Amino acid sequence: MSTVSQVEVHEHSEHAHEEHHELGFIRKYIFSEDHKVIAKQYLISGIVWAVLGALMSVVFRLQLGFPEMDMAWMKPFLGDWISLDNKGLGKLDPNFYLALVTMHGTIMVFFVLTAGLSGTFSNFLIPLQIGARDMASGFMNMLSYWIFFISSVVMFVSLFIKTGPAGGSWVIYPPLSALKEANPGSGDGMTLWLVSMALFIVSSLLGGINYVTTVINLRTKGMSMDKLPLTIWAFTFTAILGILSFPVLLSAALLLIFDRSFGTSFYLSDIYINGQALPNQGGSPILFQHLFWFLGHPEVYIVILPALGLTSEVIATNSRKPIFGYKAMIFSMAGIMFLAFIVWAHHMFVTGMNPFLGSVFMLLTLIIAVPSAVKGFNYITTLWKGNIIFTPAMLFAIGLVSFFISGGLTGIILGNSALDIQLHDTYFVVAHFHLVMGSAAIFGMLAGVYHWFPKMFGRMMNNAMGYIHFWITFIGVYLVFFPMHYIGIAGFPRRYYQWSGFETFNTYMDLNAFITIAAIITVFAQAVFIFNFVYSIFWGKKASANPWKSNTLEWTTPINPGHGNWPGEIPTVYRWPYDYSKPGAPDDFIPQNVPYSATPESNLPEENELIAAEKEINSIKYDTSLHD
Amino acid sequence: MTILIAILAIVFIVLTFMVVSKTQSILKGLSKSEVEESEYLGAPDRYNSANGVGLFVFWLISIVGIVWSFIVYKKDFLPEASSIHGKETDYWFWVSMIVIMIGFFIVNTFLFLFSYLYRHNKNRKVTFYTHNNNLEIIWTTVPAIVMAGLVFSGLRVWTKITSEAPANAEQIDIMGKQFGWTVRYAGVDDNQFGKYNYKLMDDAGGNPMGVDFSDPNSFDDFANASEMHIPKGKPVLLKIRARDVLHSVFIPHMRVKMDAVPGMPTKFWFVADKSTADMRAELGKPEFNYEIACTEICGRSHFGMKLLLVVDEPADYEKWKKSQKPLLTENPDLLNKVPDNLKAKAQKYTSTEPVAAEATPEVVASSVLGNSSKVLK
Repeated sequence: MSTVSQVEVHEHSEHAHEEHHELGFIRKYIFSEDHKVIAKQYLISGIVWAVLGALMSVVFRLQLGFPEMDMAWMKPFLGDWISLDNKGLGKLDPNFYLALVTMHGTIMVFFVLTAGLSGTFSNFLIPLQIGARDMASGFMNMLSYWIFFISSVVMFVSLFIKTGPAGGSWVIYPPLSALKEANPGSGDGMTLWLVSMALFIVSSLLGGINYVTTVINLRTKGMSMDKLPLTIWAFTFTAILGILSFPVLLSAALLLIFDRSFGTSFYLSDIYINGQALPNQGGSPILFQHLFWFLGHPEVYIVILPALGLTSEVIATNSRKPIFGYKAMIFSMAGIMFLAFIVWAHHMFVTGMNPFLGSVFMLLTLIIAVPSAVKGFNYITTLWKGNIIFTPAMLFAIGLVSFFISGGLTGIILGNSALDIQLHDTYFVVAHFHLVMGSAAIFGMLAGVYHWFPKMFGRMMNNAMGYIHFWITFIGVYLVFFPMHYIGIAGFPRRYYQWSGFETFNTYMDLNAFITIAAIITVFAQAVFIFNFVYSIFWGKKASANPWKSNTLEWTTPINPGHGNWPGEIPTVYRWPYDYSKPGAPDDFIPQNVPYSATPESNLPEENELIAAEKEINSIKYDTSLHD
Repeated sequence: MTILIAILAIVFIVLTFMVVSKTQSILKGLSKSEVEESEYLGAPDRYNSANGVGLFVFWLISIVGIVWSFIVYKKDFLPEASSIHGKETDYWFWVSMIVIMIGFFIVNTFLFLFSYLYRHNKNRKVTFYTHNNNLEIIWTTVPAIVMAGLVFSGLRVWTKITSEAPANAEQIDIMGKQFGWTVRYAGVDDNQFGKYNYKLMDDAGGNPMGVDFSDPNSFDDFANASEMHIPKGKPVLLKIRARDVLHSVFIPHMRVKMDAVPGMPTKFWFVADKSTADMRAELGKPEFNYEIACTEICGRSHFGMKLLLVVDEPADYEKWKKSQKPLLTENPDLLNKVPDNLKAKAQKYTSTEPVAAEATPEVVASSVLGNSSKVLK
């Protein structure tokens, strides 16, 4: 464990890391404390979960698009969840349909877009971009991953138990999730869900505290907060959101565990089920919803902020142009983070909550559109008069911006409580959040993988496959989620096994079938990515140290950065990370570790004044050695 | 379908192999010259322009697709509003929709246009442009003003919809359970609901709604588990409850949605302004019916929680109400739940024939009395 920062430097400590003996395989690749290895562990776990979550969506999309279809061919791997009717046609069990929807949501939101995205890139980039040898606590970091791993195992096991995994949707509202009699998915599957999520929260808190501590304490010489890349700002805000909101979910889950197993009545009152009245009285199901959404809403920003951070970096680098409005971007993110805590009840306009509360939350919700809009405008202005290189990462980043805008705009309608009455819990909501947080965040993650792959694995990913992957996915996502808005406007409710029972919803079969086909194509196109990913790790073209001509510190490390990241001294930072295409400079990029005194030809007048301060920065003594 | 998926799978496998073999040939060519530390591997490749142009072309095709699909599918958007507040929310929905569609087209156009215009060209000089406070102020205030406008219109409508129901509103007790709805009316004689208590719920004993028969107001209450009738042009107040898990009353045509929560009664009031007959005539569908659905996940048959809604002309509605049999008439055994001192009053409802109603009271009462006195001893 390391104590941090600003200790007077000892003669030997600068190179202390080189004295480490080679670690064995287990310490190096499995129980590793190195942030880069932990990042890769998160990434690969995230990809595995993403594949599983996406395949689940294929199964329930088939049910929704083709309700008459014979599903007997899925019997070999779904077993009893496919029942054969008297004509021998295979039908998906409605309970299993709900379980699939629940697991798809849980997996995608928590395991892929929280652990897989934040876990991967916060771990990988924070030390590399702020100029630190590792995280503040390598041990806690390792613990964070392995607790996440146990949580994953518990969730995975729940898929195979007889009563099936949790089936009350990812929001697990009680009483449905609290009463075993109400739904098979509320039995052991729900218990495992709660255990898994409790572990997940522990892991997420260990990670989050580490990220914040590292950013505050372990920045290299000269790396003041106003020189941090936007990625780091995004990760820090994300971690703060997580630290403050995940504990609330933990308490919600704990109270639910009590209600389920120890006879308490936090969420239960006046219930008659299975022919008998339960003794519980005085609890409130609405209390659970408040607690859940107090995390649940910040959670969507936990998912999207890191993606926006990664995108900022990718867009600036590949436009060969500084990010527009660096400070406005930081303030927007800070604004989004703050507002994220006070908009949760917009998920609850029609739960019977006091209508006045609805008005307050509507007001606050629509305010959050403003900083989000500013971010969108700034990305677009960054492209303006740039010189854009369409690497796969850049394409995905542009895709993200488009999804963020298109999906974000419908939020203006849903955030309006009067309009939400009709649209609440319809496919309009599904379409909205799949674009704005689901697809946008996944695109941010993919942009990140393509962009930082050379630093992670020392090799390049294949561009041609990247383009194919982008185009099929980008078009596919729009084909899936754009028509879904139409279905929502027509009033189709979510979490329906089929709609044919209602005359009102007996239209749009063609549209549903179309969405299903588009979804299947999009999901299977991801095989191109996975192949490219695995292939490139082993046989990809060898990377150079700074393949994108980027400014941030991670590109000053060797091609394969070892333990401690920089073989010698950690570079000192003199300038902001976005000096791309600076007038007068010979090259179109000036890395952060190049002092102003070395670039007199391109310095702006106020920057010449900073040259005097460089000596001061250089004379700071940091103890940057690794302690363990 | 299976075949379709198989074909898709094959297409993708073939595609993957093509890409792989192509990649390998490229890689073989490259491996001859070792990569240098400082090589610029991210330099724009020969597909760069195609990608930039592609994004813009994608957008142009999208515009056509969006307009076309909107026109084709518009007919089923927002099923014809049949309530007064529904017309208002529909109006604001389309106003907001126009606002966001303008934003959608403008902003996406800039995004894809810039991708096309500023695709890499080695002769282009990039404009070093880090910030512009005026621009930031403009695009902070413009969305803020638009938002403020939408917020105020929304607040006004929301406050109106959620205000207290008028005193003359027709009240209906609607209860969700796995998996169906039951509605209860206050009855034609006293027009007062009897109390209910979840501890009195008894499916086997014929009291699924937990009506408290010690409250004389309950005697003329009647219930229905397949249809809900409401009068046209008169405020209707739904008193919503659930008895097992969360449910949500959703009447798509009425723009009504409110959760049903065990232990916490909720409400929603509205005025239907088109009767079922009006809608049948208007849509030209003689078999049209209003429907009530559930929109809060409640278990296996969530998708099947349907209740028919019939909107009658006020006179027909009153007639319908009179034709309904009170709970006590439907199930005379419920008389056992009525306390002795009210039995006489309740007896009026236990039989449909008034003559018999006069003959039976003593018998039933004495037998019940006899039993209870035994118990008391």
